[in-house]
Amino acid sequence: MRQIEDYIPIVGQGTVDELLQLARHLDKKVIVNINSTAVGGGVAEILSRMIPLLNQLGVQSRWDVLKGDEKFFVITKKFHNGLHGVRVEITNDEYEWFIEVNRQNAKNLSFGDIVMVHDPQPIALVEQRATAGGKWVWRCHIDFSDPDQKIWSFLEQYVNQYGSAVFSAPAFARQLSIPQILVPPSIDPLSDKNKELPESTIDEVFARFKIDRSRPIVTQISRFDYLKDPLGVIRAFKLAKKHVDLQLVLAGGGATDDPEGPVIMQQVQEEASSDRDIFALFLPPASDIEINALQRGSTIVLQKSLKEGFGLTVSEAMWKGKPTIASAVGGIPLQITHKYSGILTHSIEGTAYWIKQLINESEYAKRLGANGKQHIRQNFLITRHLKDYLLLFISLFHEGNIVYL
Amino acid sequence: MAPFHFKTKLDQPHLLGKKASNLPELLSGIQSVPLASIYHHTHRYLRQHHFLSPEPPNDFGYWITEALNEALLGERISSVDIVHFATLEELRDAFTQILQDHLKATERSPTAPAGQEFHFIAARTYVLATPYVAQTPSELCTLLKQVDISSLHFHIFEARLGLGNKENDFSRWFRELGRTELADKITRLDPYTHTLEGLRNTLVQLVSADEAD
Repeated sequence: MRQIEDYIPIVGQGTVDELLQLARHLDKKVIVNINSTAVGGGVAEILSRMIPLLNQLGVQSRWDVLKGDEKFFVITKKFHNGLHGVRVEITNDEYEWFIEVNRQNAKNLSFGDIVMVHDPQPIALVEQRATAGGKWVWRCHIDFSDPDQKIWSFLEQYVNQYGSAVFSAPAFARQLSIPQILVPPSIDPLSDKNKELPESTIDEVFARFKIDRSRPIVTQISRFDYLKDPLGVIRAFKLAKKHVDLQLVLAGGGATDDPEGPVIMQQVQEEASSDRDIFALFLPPASDIEINALQRGSTIVLQKSLKEGFGLTVSEAMWKGKPTIASAVGGIPLQITHKYSGILTHSIEGTAYWIKQLINESEYAKRLGANGKQHIRQNFLITRHLKDYLLLFISLFHEGNIVYL
Repeated sequence: MAPFHFKTKLDQPHLLGKKASNLPELLSGIQSVPLASIYHHTHRYLRQHHFLSPEPPNDFGYWITEALNEALLGERISSVDIVHFATLEELRDAFTQILQDHLKATERSPTAPAGQEFHFIAARTYVLATPYVAQTPSELCTLLKQVDISSLHFHIFEARLGLGNKENDFSRWFRELGRTELADKITRLDPYTHTLEGLRNTLVQLVSADEAD
């Protein structure tokens, strides 16, 4: 298990000392996190890393999982799609079953001094707030910028019963009667996907895929689905390649629930087969080291998405010191300040233009990469996430704009 | 002589649920948000991008330039000399005046692309004690080299505009010690045109030079 001290060489002793200092303000407080899945998905991954670290800092933290039947999870999947703007129909019977499952779970759960409920699935547990006591926080990890109004109205009645809500990006905020706090997600610099790799490992991965490391390489790591715009990436690459020597790596898995996925994959494969400098790599799920190596060995990393949630692959690339060109969508503008810590683009032509610029002006590209890495170190590593959670927990016991601890 | 207690600060961003897609909406937001939001949008970059040089402008100027593509107005907003304002209310008025003048003078009304709206945020500030305490100017100089940049940020920026003191904490301390000339020199600095590390070095140099005299 990772120790909090393992992060000192990366973020400095001062940052870890600060976390320990904050943690002392939560002495004897018990924090209970509740979500709906123990494994798989971003929320479970974040909790599995954060809970042990919080406990090491001396904050008593627990993680419970809501239990539901198939019908419940079909309903919550509909919620999820509807909140992302997809048209769905939810019957009154389904709304009632959703509430009933939450009530049944509440009978078997014990709540602490602070109850942090993650995402919509367990949201109705807040009905227990009056009897259980404690401070209740709703932690929303999903994109709420354009929700189905009926589903949102249903959820809103519960959200407003919490003491505060936490969102990952400013665009996800709503008009609510409770405080809304911004806590962006983070990457773990010690995970397989982000840890330092020996040069030999990077060489081995590129050799395995027959990519020439002596020539410039642009890479996009993402699922092969329409929203990640792999075909737009190929067009940008072809425009740039008219003027600079270049190879393109598109690497990721397929999107199993995307009906357009197979069509996109086929088109990408066709493009790749007609150009020896395009490498379309369909990676299996456990390919973190390969992804890490591909990012580290690239000259430039792209994320030309048409739509994004937060887009943490951008932070992953920037953490590796790579000059990064990404679309100004979702949470990406939070991670990149244009021309300071990376490049934000809006079109295929703009992406091609900046690929050429960064290939030709390697000193500028290097500086962008260095600035980007520092920006991630300060703002998007798990230690910042821990600090935000500690402050959040502390804030529940204080009033006013300026709090002297 | 009262010792100088180094403090540090942490910010917790609160989303106000208010956004702007164009200049009239930005103006309306600037006029109505709490002052803590004006402070956040004019000081966030200093904290988050302290390693960058040159510093990016304030959030309003950056958004006008990058999302609305209004370079001239963006530059005017970015050039507002924050160091000259004694209160956040005056700073808010300055932004308001520039935007009102611009809107009167033009019929052009650019809109931000979808997804690039301006979201108003106000930070809640948490002040923490640090173990660093200086009894003398020479000790302060030594500790200035060691403290986290958040501490520097607190004593220079937060102390003045955030907490509403007349000048930064270092100038106040030196003034109380009777070191008026050094206090004046520190007050005259425009901290907004330095990176925080650059500011640290400048402060160390000023105090060291004064000690050597």
